[in-house]
Amino acid sequence: MTSRVLAGTEVELNEEGFFVDATQWTDEMATELADEWGVPTPLTEQHWQVLHFMRQEYFEKGTGPTVRKLGKSSGVSVKELYQLFPKGPAKLAARVAGIPKPRGCI
Amino acid sequence: MRVTHRPKRCVILGAGTGGTLAANRLRKTHEEEELVIDIVDQNNQHVYQPGLLFVPFGLAEPEEIVRRRDRQLHRGITYHQSAIEAVDLSNDVVTLENGTTLGYDVLLVATGSVLQPEETEGLSGPGWLDTVFTFYDVEGATALAEKLETFDSGRLVINVVDMPVKCPVAPLEFAFLADWYFTERGVRDNISITYVTPLDGAFTKPTASMALTSLLEEKGIELRTEFNTAEVDGEAGLLIGYDGTEIPFDLAVVIPLHGGAEYVNNSPGLGDELGFVPTNNATLQSEVAPNVFVIGDAADIPASKAGSVTHFEGEVLIENMEAFLDGRDLEAEFDGHANCFIETGFSKALLIDFNYETEPLRGHYPGPVGLPLLKESRLNHIGKLMFQSFYWHGLLPGRDLPGLSADMPTFGKRLPTEDEASLTTTTGDTQT
Repeated sequence: MTSRVLAGTEVELNEEGFFVDATQWTDEMATELADEWGVPTPLTEQHWQVLHFMRQEYFEKGTGPTVRKLGKSSGVSVKELYQLFPKGPAKLAARVAGIPKPRGCI
Repeated sequence: MRVTHRPKRCVILGAGTGGTLAANRLRKTHEEEELVIDIVDQNNQHVYQPGLLFVPFGLAEPEEIVRRRDRQLHRGITYHQSAIEAVDLSNDVVTLENGTTLGYDVLLVATGSVLQPEETEGLSGPGWLDTVFTFYDVEGATALAEKLETFDSGRLVINVVDMPVKCPVAPLEFAFLADWYFTERGVRDNISITYVTPLDGAFTKPTASMALTSLLEEKGIELRTEFNTAEVDGEAGLLIGYDGTEIPFDLAVVIPLHGGAEYVNNSPGLGDELGFVPTNNATLQSEVAPNVFVIGDAADIPASKAGSVTHFEGEVLIENMEAFLDGRDLEAEFDGHANCFIETGFSKALLIDFNYETEPLRGHYPGPVGLPLLKESRLNHIGKLMFQSFYWHGLLPGRDLPGLSADMPTFGKRLPTEDEASLTTTTGDTQT
């Protein structure tokens, strides 16, 4: 676990760069995180739609959604998700949205 | 004056592994005057699904692994053969496509998962059952057997589109058996085998993933990780990823996306986006209604979608369904126990045993004198072959096997070293 300063506030991240405490995140941190993880900036309205959906799901269900669930319920298709968050929408969007790593399927 | 009670009504949806074993166990512990049991399935073919892996290689015939569903049920259980239209959670009623309606006091969802090849662009289009196959159903496995007989050279690609899939080790076993099969036929040198997965390793569990990755290497099978299949072009022979990467093939064996049964989506409030039912990991009671329980692949719990998990869930489920019917608290807890034989070819197999919290460990199962864990052996292969008989004659009828309990055993296992222990807290990394 490391702490670092994002948008002027100190936050806790785990070794993979996921937030430990999702409540520490603010909208202002998203662009800095996006730049760091290779998400194209400036963030578009669709990016924000996904980020806020991720957070809402996390607070409701205790885990962020998988790509398939995002594709079915976020209003953004899987194809578009890969354009918005290249390489891995669920993991990348979770990092930028300031929530812990989504729980996978086993 | 004698007080007569109306018997309670239990409706079970799905007469596969979970539905059948639950129906039989409930029938054994409850008189018919006390509990009426109805079970529904859309067809009368109960497939021993672990056997599907062997069909493409001529090691099992399709008719050897299929039996009638109604014949696996004890007397006193009513079997309905019909597709399910919907469950009405607010009125506790199930409607079947044949017009029957079944009211319930307790409902068990045991309809498993279904293959959804149509969800991936091109997958069920041109080339399907010609250059592109799956072995996850009887039709596909049978057609693939014929194809493999004459496949003498070229590129074989095995692709898992995305998790969750039934029996996550089966695609790896397919790769190992293909290596053995082509070697036996003397054509292995002309064939490349590539294993393409969306995961960041060969398997979801880190310890097992390492062991399986070395096995792939030993057998000359290429591993491509973190590949997210967007499209399968059977005519051009290409897997196309969401990032535009292409993987060429002459023969593709694809594990399609999985979802819950169709009626789940037509039943307001029953399932999640993928058609799986939100379920308490420990009690197996659904989170959608207190009188709805779930067993097997239909549940959204973080355990493998595998027959062994369903089997181990059985005991906990029955205890909790009984407690619910009696108005008691649900006390039995499932620990996520899974146990998989992994066929590695050349008459050998690995065995892994794990649960929600613990990684697959080395040692022996189910005790110090038992089958070797995480290690190739002939004994495990024989164990895997013998399991089919236990499935039909022990597991489905609901008989307990001495020494095989629902909770994961630790006796006989080598506890992890500190390094390994640090891995045990890592959950399967399957996100993309």
